[in-house]
Amino acid sequence: MLLISCPWCGERDEVEFHYGGESHIAYPDDPEAITDDAWGEFLFVRNNPSGEFRERWLHTHGCRRWFNLLRDTSTHEIVRSYRMGESADQSSGAERESD
Amino acid sequence: MASSAPSEPRMAPLSGWESRFVEASESGVVELGERPFLAHVNLRLDPSNLSARARVRETLGVELPLSPNTVSDGAGHAALWLAPDEWLLVGPTGSEGEIVGSLQGALAPYHHSVLDITANRTTLELVGSRAREVLATGCGLDLHPRVFGPGRCAQTLYAKTQLVVWQIDDVPTFRLLVRPSFAPYLAEFLCDAMLEW
Ligand SMILES: [Zn+2]
Repeated sequence: MLLISCPWCGERDEVEFHYGGESHIAYPDDPEAITDDAWGEFLFVRNNPSGEFRERWLHTHGCRRWFNLLRDTSTHEIVRSYRMGESADQSSGAERESD
Repeated sequence: MASSAPSEPRMAPLSGWESRFVEASESGVVELGERPFLAHVNLRLDPSNLSARARVRETLGVELPLSPNTVSDGAGHAALWLAPDEWLLVGPTGSEGEIVGSLQGALAPYHHSVLDITANRTTLELVGSRAREVLATGCGLDLHPRVFGPGRCAQTLYAKTQLVVWQIDDVPTFRLLVRPSFAPYLAEFLCDAMLEW
C-alpha cells in the first residue's frame, strides 16, 4: 500500500484516497474556437509516462480536498504532494524528508 | 420554538448495547460506551475572513483552529478542523438549536454555511491505558502520543468505516464519531478487539 502525504492532513494510507488522473490539464480559453480534434485531445488524451507523473488525488475519507502528487509510475516513489494552485516546482507542499 | 420539539424521546443508535459494553470493558484498562446526542453543527466559512472568525469566537467562546486536524475548546464548545474551510462544532446535548441560531445571526453579513448535523453521527468513547492499542487494531493513523495526542482529531477509517477520531485527554480518551447506521458494526468490531486486553 502507498503512504500518500495529503498537503493538509499529512501521511495517510492509500485507501483513504481516490485517483483523479493527470493534473495541470488547462481548460481551453475559447472552447468554441478550437477544432474537434483539439477538443478531443483536451478531453481524452493523456500522457502515460514511465517515470515521474503529475497527477490529481482526492483525500476522500479525510479532508475531501483535491491535490497534486508527483509520483514515479514505475517505482511508485512519491516525490512530492502539493496543493491545488501550486506548482510542483514550489516546495511549499509536503515534501518527503528522506531520499 | 417549544412547539417544534420532538414529542417522543430520542433513541440512541446504540441503545441496548450497555451490557455488551460492560462485558467488553475492563476498568482502568479499556472501556467503551456511547455518548449520544451531543450537539453537532457543521460550519463553513472562508478561513481568511478575520471578522467572521472573530464573530464565531465572540458568539461561542471558541476559536476556530486553522491547523489541520486540531481541536480547540472554549466555553463548553469544541471546534474540530475538518477541512481548510470547514469545522465541526460540538456542544452540550440539546444546544444545537441555540448554536445554529446564534451563529446564523452573527455570520449574516458573511458568506457562510451553518447546519445542524446532530443526527448525522453518534459518539463512542474509548477510554483507558490500552485504548490506543484497541484503536490501532483497525485504524491506519499514526496514534503514537508524539504524533496524536489530546486536542488532535482526524477523519479516517476504522475497519473500513468512516470515522472522526478525536482525542480529548491523556488517559487517553478517544471520541469516535460515526454514522448511526455504521455504529453497531463499529461497536461489534471494537468489542471484539477489546477481548485481547
Ligand atoms: Zn487531507
